[in-house]
Amino acid sequence: MRLSGRHIDCIRGGRDVFSGLDFEASSGEVLAVLGPNGSGKTSLLRLIAGLLVPAGGSVGLEGGEAELTLPEQSHYLGHRDALKPALSVHENLAFWRDFLGGAAGDLSQCLSAVGLGHATHLPAAYLSAGQRRRLSIARLLVVRRPVWLLDEPTSALDTAGQDLFTGVMRDHLASGGIIIAATHTPLGIGARELRMGGGK
Amino acid sequence: MSALAALILRDIKIALRVGGGALIGVLFFLTVTVLMPFAIGPDLALLTRLGPAILWLGALLASLLTLDRLFTADHEDGSLDLIVMGRAPLELACAAKALAHWLAAGVPLIVATPALGLLLNLDATATAAVALTLLVGTPALTFTGMIGAALAVTLHRGGLLLAVLVLPLSIPVLIFGVAASQAAITGPLSFGTPFSILCALSLVSLVVGPFAAAASLRHGLD
Repeated sequence: MRLSGRHIDCIRGGRDVFSGLDFEASSGEVLAVLGPNGSGKTSLLRLIAGLLVPAGGSVGLEGGEAELTLPEQSHYLGHRDALKPALSVHENLAFWRDFLGGAAGDLSQCLSAVGLGHATHLPAAYLSAGQRRRLSIARLLVVRRPVWLLDEPTSALDTAGQDLFTGVMRDHLASGGIIIAATHTPLGIGARELRMGGGK
Repeated sequence: MSALAALILRDIKIALRVGGGALIGVLFFLTVTVLMPFAIGPDLALLTRLGPAILWLGALLASLLTLDRLFTADHEDGSLDLIVMGRAPLELACAAKALAHWLAAGVPLIVATPALGLLLNLDATATAAVALTLLVGTPALTFTGMIGAALAVTLHRGGLLLAVLVLPLSIPVLIFGVAASQAAITGPLSFGTPFSILCALSLVSLVVGPFAAAASLRHGLD
């Protein structure tokens, strides 16, 4: 499987965020998107996720499932955790498992894997920022998607959480997945780097 | 469980829990209707004549009250991004959300109508007629309102804009809903004529609403 972008232009709010950007990542590879604030890291991830339309160029996945689009084969872990405070930890995760569809794993096993096994019936409103992030990471585990788009994945995580997440990413890569991660902190995994310009 | 069933169940659960909108709509409906006799005065004949219109206006405003949270809540916490990326078509996801909103916020209004009819001196036939027109007409309010909710999703404090966008679209529903109720109470029109048009309006909005909302969500995301 190979995810690649060719000559991508991105314009947001009339401002040229980046132009003529090329990137590629194959199965088992991490592409770390680096750059200062405002250089377009999040824009690039949202563009790959199909949430932004590129002003020019194209993004494509070779070797994935033919009937599905790239966004339908991707997980997007953004700044916002997509959790409902009124629902319990278990209900939040069960909803995303059912809604996202595809091959699904065991709920309680995934919750234990991210260290939330003791809090399954707690409403998500009572979770700390780090725990919310862990619950979002459980979403990546419970439904299988080959492409992971991660925006600052380790923000709010403690050191144990960061180590845990490194392990999660290793397992994903070992099973042939692709990870594109926008980050300021080292991921703890050997990664190909994509440096974004300083903005214009 | 299928994706759409999961979405409907989740939205209903959230609406029924603390901080959800289901009860607020009914309480607002109750308040508006209770205030009317105080404003109009104890003229029973006048109350009977205005009753259907008051109930319809109350239901319209009550459904508008909770509609602006339909997409903004999901947009603010990032769920909407994942719903757009999901394998379920966005049009069907929009329809599922509107259906859940109607079940949680629209149906309680219809259930409350008989009790409120008493306050407005409506007899059993009149109350039944109003409840029936609300049953048929409130889906139209939800599904046209959804278009406004989708347009206002990226705006902060878009609730007011939503009202300005949606209220003109609900005028036909209001006209035929009240006309059908009046026809059942006083005549001279037959109940069937305005009622069929009301049904038609609902069916049209069931088809157009999800497509329009999905299109505006796709363009509005950034």
